[in-house]
Amino acid sequence: MKFDTPATTNPIDQLKVVGKATDRIDGPLKTTGTAPYAYERHDVVPNQAYGYIVGAAIARGRIVLMDLAAAKAAPGVLAIVTAENAGRLGKGKFNTAPLLGGPEIQHYHQAVGVVVAETFEQARAAAQLVRVEYARVKGAFDLESAKETAGPAKQLAGGGTSDSKVGDFDAAFTAAPVQFDATYTTAYESHSMMEPHATIAAWEGDQLTIWTSNQMIAWAAGDMAQTLGISREKVRVISPFIGGGFGGKLFLRADALMAALGARAAGRPVKVALQRALMPNNTTHRAATIQRIRLGATKEGKLTAIAHESWSGDQPDGKPETAAMQTRSLYAGADRMTAHRLAVLDLPEANAMRAPGEAPGMAALEIAMDEMAEKLGLDPVEFRILNDTQVVPDNPAKPDSSDPQSKKPEQTKRVAQPPFSKRQFVECLRLGAKRFGWEKRHSKPGGVRDGRWLVGIGMAAAFRDNLLTKSAARVRLDGRGTVTVETDMTDIGTGSYTIIAQTAAEMMGVPLEQVVVRLGDSTFPESCGSGGQWGGNNSTAGVYAACMKLREAIAQKAKFNVGDAVFADGQVRVGDRRMSLAEVAGEQGMVAEDFIEYGDLDKQYHQSTFGAHFVEVGVDLYTGVTRVRRMLAVCACGRILNPKTARSQVIGAMTMGVGAALMEELAVDKRIGFFVNHDLATYEVPVHADIPHQEVIFLDETDPISSPMKAKGVAELGICGVAAAVANAIYNATGVRVRNYPMTLDKLLDGLPEIA
Amino acid sequence: MNHPDDLEISRREFLVMGTAAVAVTMLPPLAEAQAPPAAPVVKPAAVKLAFNVNGKARELEVDTRTTLLDALREHLNLTGSKKGCDQGQCGACTVLVGGRRIVSCLTLAVMHQGDSITTIEGLGTPDHLHPMQAAFVKCDGFQCGYCTPGQICSAVAMLQEVKAGIPSHATSDLTAAPQLTPAELRERMSGNICRCGAYSNIAEAITEVAGRTA
Amino acid sequence: MKAFTFERANSPAEAAAAAVRNPGSRFIAGGTNLLDLMKLEIETPSHLIDVNGLALDKIEATAEGGLRIGALVRNTDLAADERVRRDYGVLARALVAGATGQLRNMATTAGNLLQRTRCPYFYDTNQPCNKRAPGSGCGAIGGFSRQHAIVGVSEACIATHPSDMAVAMRVLDAVVETIRPDGSTRSIPIAEFHRLPGDEPHIDHLLTPGELITAVTLPKPAGGKQIYLKVRDRASFAFALISVAAIIFPDGTGRVALGGVAHKPWRVEEAESEMPRGAKALTARLLAGAKPTPENAFKLKLVERALASVLAEAKGA
Repeated sequence: MKFDTPATTNPIDQLKVVGKATDRIDGPLKTTGTAPYAYERHDVVPNQAYGYIVGAAIARGRIVLMDLAAAKAAPGVLAIVTAENAGRLGKGKFNTAPLLGGPEIQHYHQAVGVVVAETFEQARAAAQLVRVEYARVKGAFDLESAKETAGPAKQLAGGGTSDSKVGDFDAAFTAAPVQFDATYTTAYESHSMMEPHATIAAWEGDQLTIWTSNQMIAWAAGDMAQTLGISREKVRVISPFIGGGFGGKLFLRADALMAALGARAAGRPVKVALQRALMPNNTTHRAATIQRIRLGATKEGKLTAIAHESWSGDQPDGKPETAAMQTRSLYAGADRMTAHRLAVLDLPEANAMRAPGEAPGMAALEIAMDEMAEKLGLDPVEFRILNDTQVVPDNPAKPDSSDPQSKKPEQTKRVAQPPFSKRQFVECLRLGAKRFGWEKRHSKPGGVRDGRWLVGIGMAAAFRDNLLTKSAARVRLDGRGTVTVETDMTDIGTGSYTIIAQTAAEMMGVPLEQVVVRLGDSTFPESCGSGGQWGGNNSTAGVYAACMKLREAIAQKAKFNVGDAVFADGQVRVGDRRMSLAEVAGEQGMVAEDFIEYGDLDKQYHQSTFGAHFVEVGVDLYTGVTRVRRMLAVCACGRILNPKTARSQVIGAMTMGVGAALMEELAVDKRIGFFVNHDLATYEVPVHADIPHQEVIFLDETDPISSPMKAKGVAELGICGVAAAVANAIYNATGVRVRNYPMTLDKLLDGLPEIA
Repeated sequence: MNHPDDLEISRREFLVMGTAAVAVTMLPPLAEAQAPPAAPVVKPAAVKLAFNVNGKARELEVDTRTTLLDALREHLNLTGSKKGCDQGQCGACTVLVGGRRIVSCLTLAVMHQGDSITTIEGLGTPDHLHPMQAAFVKCDGFQCGYCTPGQICSAVAMLQEVKAGIPSHATSDLTAAPQLTPAELRERMSGNICRCGAYSNIAEAITEVAGRTA
Repeated sequence: MKAFTFERANSPAEAAAAAVRNPGSRFIAGGTNLLDLMKLEIETPSHLIDVNGLALDKIEATAEGGLRIGALVRNTDLAADERVRRDYGVLARALVAGATGQLRNMATTAGNLLQRTRCPYFYDTNQPCNKRAPGSGCGAIGGFSRQHAIVGVSEACIATHPSDMAVAMRVLDAVVETIRPDGSTRSIPIAEFHRLPGDEPHIDHLLTPGELITAVTLPKPAGGKQIYLKVRDRASFAFALISVAAIIFPDGTGRVALGGVAHKPWRVEEAESEMPRGAKALTARLLAGAKPTPENAFKLKLVERALASVLAEAKGA
């Protein structure tokens, strides 16, 4: 099904199942520990051996010598695979650095081998006996000092061009009565999902099956084939349950490759889980950024000049963090420019983490907006409302098809200043301000005390683009009236199982209990996968398409005019004539498969999601410790398919935003070139005690431009702006303006009031 | 504030290591200084072990190195207890031993001879959910589900700890019986990390169960 | 993890004998730190002696009016003990400020004292660390050192001792009781129990091979206002950036020990006379000769402000 005209009334609009706050259908499995994750599949193949990965001990250089003798002789060892005996390996399309290092080493903790043994304990002990000698090469590990060497990026993860220019920024900025110019930094962050990357690999002849934990089944299958140099058809990827990803499991990673190589070498199935301590350096992370923001405005507060420049680093042939991208579309202003600069660093591979681009970009931009509002003597909410725009003031090019962040085809036509398909940004700001009690805010910082706590409130805009991606599904109807959906879509905690079931139930007119959803298998039709907050809208639209096809087939078989046929209560009917779906399907059942693909509606209209975050913090007068006391998000992001799971996506994103604001930072040892705090004790992510009760409000909205579901993304909108809202609240509490994340107490101490 | 001499020395020490053309990276582990130098190399030892898991007597023969978590997951196929870090830093492996919550990754199976262990599988099943499991479903107290069994086991034991009068960092009066305030609940559950950020909903689920059982 | 043999001991004498019989052996109780380090082969015992069966899990009143805390008393149970909550509030507070409910259910009194540093360079076996591999250098000096020590440091090591409990015990003047393989016992004041790194940072404490902690005794209650303030980035489940254990009497005098600033719980008795003069004077004496790194110099100010907080709290502010 091609979606190329705005959606009109369709079966989803019945909202009998879709749009209802529905418990997750996988809830009973997940809460009882019976949902099987990758490493736990004792049931799928017998005789599994254990692999343990050896990580490189240097950041950059070469392996001079590997001595495997002691490890090979260790009890239980079945095989050891290193670059020397792995055979010729390619590199996956979505990988920047090779997954198996040697002799060249590209980054710290890059896998240099896997030791396979009968038991986990044996594999771990033998891995410690692998002795490696390295020759180090000097590397570049410091973004600040590499900044001068950074150039425009060839390719952007969000698509589009590195730079944008509208009018004459310099002239407008110079002429602006009120000017603001500041530089911000955001930290290296780790996805740190709770389930480590894990895979069981089994070969049957030349056919490889991996039970793994991956957000993008087709990408994993394709990149495994490409890396091993075998055909795509020889690789099956199964990933029905995924213990979190946040972008960290978008790609084929070392656990999967080393399990496959280990299984081939050992001649039996092998399971590998990446050790937690390897994850930050072995896998991907969110790049740190340096961002310079310049704003020029009239005395009344109308922005006239906007510049946002962002510097980040990555491995050679990597991509920049697209932190300036949202600045092309969020606020009005005639003369403007954005630029992304990429430095080559020898740190581990940077890549997408929840809301790549916007999460760090909004973290900086929305402090700048707060600072500018203060400079102008305007309320921060009103300042944003004053600079709202209903058209894209800049004109970003669209992603190209080779981009890991989007599979969208290259844009051909460009519309100057396209309108937004739907933009209820101002409504979010106003409603949020009202609900949060914004009017009680003291505009002068440091004015509110609660015992030992300095209390402040802050806000920030939320913004994230909505991405459209082809997505396919297959729908079966059996003789008992059960509808089974199959798609290689994944559920990484997002609620895919449930919203897909709701979609199918709505479309086919059956109760939710009559729907079975099977996900995460490369033998199923290829979906959009989970990433870039595109999963919910696109995967259900694909299910919609397949269900439409099944409805046609059912109507035809039952000899109904499909246009007149009503699907409800497990039946299809026209007027008084009705048949149960079970009856129509008969013994043999019926099956339909289709996909959603998109025309150029997203060129005519810019599709984005909007919101506003409000945060109250307390800062300890004595120690500078910041604790979040209240949080509210108001979101306008199309139809909410399941308010319960959508709300969870937003509170989860808000939580990660608090982490980015207050504590998360992979610390770089700039001499050695690695992330030092590479475990969950030293890389702190929020715990229960850091997070208060969170409120989320969704505006009642449908966006018929986005898809037949009239939905958009929500999971990443929830993090965009949170960190800035926290930062602005800290400023409001203390009068200390911190421009470097995370806002740990050491950055506040000097500015806190003197104490006796 | 910095002592220049210190920096000088540290720099030199680093350079010795950093500029060496060849660095042997797997440093031979040193015997602890307090221990006699010659620790014999030992062959892996298997030991017999009997304990009770979820009400059933189980017998196992395991490597002495096997953690309780791996005994459950790899030997008994009870994979509900999760391995998130294997370092006691996340809480996903939380199980109850004698009714008390512990992290099963930082204890050896052989240390649990004769113990009674309850895992998430022993609390309820998909068809017969424990009230805490049902509350988690209702309140959407999870997303990816990986930390969830640990959260639930932890929550069940945590409520008992409050009842037993065990204080926490959030307890305002050490000499009074602790109450399950929101701050108490959040502090006491802080050993279970949820990277999906379901905390607000988890707190609601636990509060609901506590209200019902209070 | 290196392979090891395993046995359960049923009495201190049996444990000591087992230690003598097995060179390279270690006692294991809670296991929360030892096992973690064994997985990384930072600790490589060839034999483990499980001491959990020893009857050292009681908290008893001493003839002197204090408490004798068995080595195996779990952190949870120690914090929950009515006498500890009433008379040794700083200890109860310190215990519950540490780790998590799960870990406190496992960790023992003796094991808590014997915790090794959480320095990330100590934990990463690819990196130099004089504590783990003497003579290999110190990665933290000139590296990532935000958490590290500012006083009592040496050119070989700037690691901190991670315990909260030990900081409270230091301010309570606790005494560590041990038994040696030859059956002899000794009492080590906690002030002397932990070492500064010097040029032998691999030696954390005074215990000799095979020596087993049997108890920690607390003198009779000191009274006063007892406060434990732990400062950390994350609200819970995090090691201290710094911590303050204080006992403050109505006349403004008192005792104070710091955590997170040194290789051992940091107490300077002579400095305590400055307490009535306020946080600045007290800090100046407590941290005299401090040698912070650029990354942890903030701890100087943080200590001063934390002490001000504690003094204010003691006054009822």
